[in-house]
Amino acid sequence: MDLEYGPEYQDFTKEVESFCEKYKGLSFTDGSNNPLGSSGGSDGPQMSRSEWQKTLIENGYFARSVPKEYGGYGGEADILKSRIIAAEFSKSNTPGAMGGQGIDMLVPTLLEMGTEEQKQTYIKPTLHGEMIWCQGYSEPNAGSDLASLQTKGDLVGDEWVINGQKIWTSTAQYSQMCFCLVRTEPDAPKHAGISYLLIPMDSSGIEIRPLVDMTLKAGFNEVFFTDVKIPAGNIVGKRGEGWAVANATLGHERGSLAPPDATMNRVNMLMHLMKEETLDGKPLIEHPIYRDRLMQIQGKVLAQQSHALRLLSAKLNPGADVKIGKMIQKLTGTELRHELEGLAIDVMGEIGTLYEDSPHLKNDGTWQFIYMYFLGLIIGGGTSQIQKNIIAERGLGMPKEPKVEEA
Amino acid sequence: MYFGLSEEQSFFQDNVKKYLAEHATIDNIKHITSGDKKNLSAEIHQGLLNLGINGLLIPEEFGGLGLDLLFAAVVSEALGGGVGPTPFIAPYVMAPTAIKHAGSKTQQENYLSKIASNENRFGVGFSEFIGKRNDAGITFSDSTLNGRAMFVLDANDATHLLLADEKGQIFVVDAKSADLEIVKLTTVDKTRQYTEVICKNLEAELLEHSSDSINPINQAIDTGRIMLAADSLGASQTMIDKAVDYAKERKQFGRAIGSFQAVKHMCAEMAADLEPCYALVWHAAHCHDHSPAEARLMACHAKAHVSEMSKGIAKKAIEVHGGMGFTDLLGLHYWFKRIGLNRQILGSPELIREEAYKTQV
Ligand SMILES: Cc1cc2nc3c(=O)[nH]c(=O)nc-3n(C[C@H](O)[C@H](O)[C@H](O)COP(=O)(O)OP(=O)(O)OC[C@H]3O[C@@H](n4cnc5c(N)ncnc54)[C@H](O)[C@@H]3O)c2cc1C
Repeated sequence: MDLEYGPEYQDFTKEVESFCEKYKGLSFTDGSNNPLGSSGGSDGPQMSRSEWQKTLIENGYFARSVPKEYGGYGGEADILKSRIIAAEFSKSNTPGAMGGQGIDMLVPTLLEMGTEEQKQTYIKPTLHGEMIWCQGYSEPNAGSDLASLQTKGDLVGDEWVINGQKIWTSTAQYSQMCFCLVRTEPDAPKHAGISYLLIPMDSSGIEIRPLVDMTLKAGFNEVFFTDVKIPAGNIVGKRGEGWAVANATLGHERGSLAPPDATMNRVNMLMHLMKEETLDGKPLIEHPIYRDRLMQIQGKVLAQQSHALRLLSAKLNPGADVKIGKMIQKLTGTELRHELEGLAIDVMGEIGTLYEDSPHLKNDGTWQFIYMYFLGLIIGGGTSQIQKNIIAERGLGMPKEPKVEEA
Repeated sequence: MYFGLSEEQSFFQDNVKKYLAEHATIDNIKHITSGDKKNLSAEIHQGLLNLGINGLLIPEEFGGLGLDLLFAAVVSEALGGGVGPTPFIAPYVMAPTAIKHAGSKTQQENYLSKIASNENRFGVGFSEFIGKRNDAGITFSDSTLNGRAMFVLDANDATHLLLADEKGQIFVVDAKSADLEIVKLTTVDKTRQYTEVICKNLEAELLEHSSDSINPINQAIDTGRIMLAADSLGASQTMIDKAVDYAKERKQFGRAIGSFQAVKHMCAEMAADLEPCYALVWHAAHCHDHSPAEARLMACHAKAHVSEMSKGIAKKAIEVHGGMGFTDLLGLHYWFKRIGLNRQILGSPELIREEAYKTQV
């Protein structure tokens, strides 16, 4: 066990620290109402979100190891530096880079499996926040059983012609592009008949119908495709290899949904709130039952933080056995975050139910919002039940469910 | 940066595990817990002494190995995994830590070297400092102790005891003195010994620095808690392994019960609950030696959190085994009970979380 990063990293930490200091209190001219992001203050520098994105890239605090020619910083991949950046930003409440499915899922996929032309075309505008992507995987009849998807693509001349429907497509209404799973080989077995296509959202034949979710925001959409035509080259990997390509991206998503450091920030926020808010004239933190529940959750988050260090170390020192350790992340991270946000509501009681622009709202209503939002993340990206199947079958080697004969 | 066990730690742990697998077989555990082969547990203890478990934390100047607490934690994990029927936490972890922090130079020389050479073996009774139940309690005046200490750990076969009063002062007493009565407490966990100690004008030696500050006793309690967390960690892992193996073998309705999702999900939940506990326990042990600012908080949370996770695992692992899990025959209950004791000893989760909170205000 050696948790020191070494002198080189101490200098780097100082460098990031002073960067954060320089942009203290940063606010965005184009507004950032994303309650999940840190909103920053109002007494510091001002710039647009995309200017900030570029500033972060120039300094190597975002897209650090993405080559310069694709719009990244062009540095060496350095896991410890990435961690230091994340930690310092979080500590100083400096707004991080924009995320989203394009940045978190598509870019790593293209870097790994895209053609040179695809990398040149898509990565830079995506990193700069100028090209938003949505993920077109789920369909009304293909959710957990994603590989049964039926949206079809026919290669006619040098174009794919796409017909079918996607659902739960987050941010489709704001997106320029969609990375989409489409059945292109109808005669091949289920998993071998899917291709990974890149579809411009302004193509004719696409209809987007926003779906309001339980937070009362239109977080996702239905997307209908009627004879949508895209160039034959808009495919990542070969025909019929879409399942493998998609699994690579799902891996990227599962790791990033609920980082424990972010959860610990919320624990600290809640502890602060419990010192300020009173019940019968006494701060909430002085009520032993609430305090104990907070401490229980703090213990769980500490365990996840330590666990994240173990996984980090396993990346630096390959060979360590952390197979199950990785598989549990999506399940335990999202469930814990949901539990924590729910505790905040409990300790506030009736006040905890206030929403939107109500008087007496605490922390901009983020507790209720995130409490519900994380229920969405528990379901999305492979439900908790599916995660348990994966842990049991692939992690513990337990027998698979007997197959039901196809009707 | 490296987060994990060193080769030496893994190697040492493997040796303890191997030794226990050979000698603390389920049959032997049954003999020991039913009291019909008294010397078996002494033999196992001797075998572990031969591996060097007594000197791990003793500084080199006193003839020990001067290793980090993490080393002791991996031993404790192995003992939990094999329900090792032998003293460890009190004599070789808590006592050396207490003496190191509270003892004068002479006291350190006196006792630490004798722990390393196995001339002295300490039991530890700090329960009254952590949380005094009913009329228990030790008082010190005129160099003598009076009163009662409950749940003294590893007092059997000890040459000395460390007892604490409510203020956290620590005393060395002769375990064989006529002014001291050791009463056996029968708990559900028969793999280890718990006792009540009654002192009547018992001659006692104050560990010099334990009256200046409660830091020494807290240091010792922290190490004890981390060891108990590690013990439960090991015990839980064994229960999960046994449940998963059983679920793959046992058939009902024409298929392995492990193919039923109700069973599969219980196993996945156990694994998901336990996996982060490894990192937490190791991290807490590491902080104890290398990061004093976080050490107490980490030790408290390690004990409380692992106790909570283990309790759930102990229940589910028994359930996966059906009626067989409930039998004495299978012996799964030894792990269940060990986890049950670890949870209450040196502070139950609620008490400890309260201490965790206090470190933050
Ligand atoms: C907030 C949110 C955002 C999303 N964003 C996107 C997006 O951008 N793009 C996209 O393509 N999709 C997206 N999804 C869809 C998401 O991936 C699916 O909702 C999810 O995979 C579950 O599929 P389903 O909704 O069809 O539920 P179902 O698969 O019908 O599941 C219903 C219930 O049955 C259980 N179940 C199903 N199969 C099994 C099994 N084998 N074993 C045990 N239990 C089982 C599930 O766990 C669940 O409890 C999003 C979903 C949410 C909630």
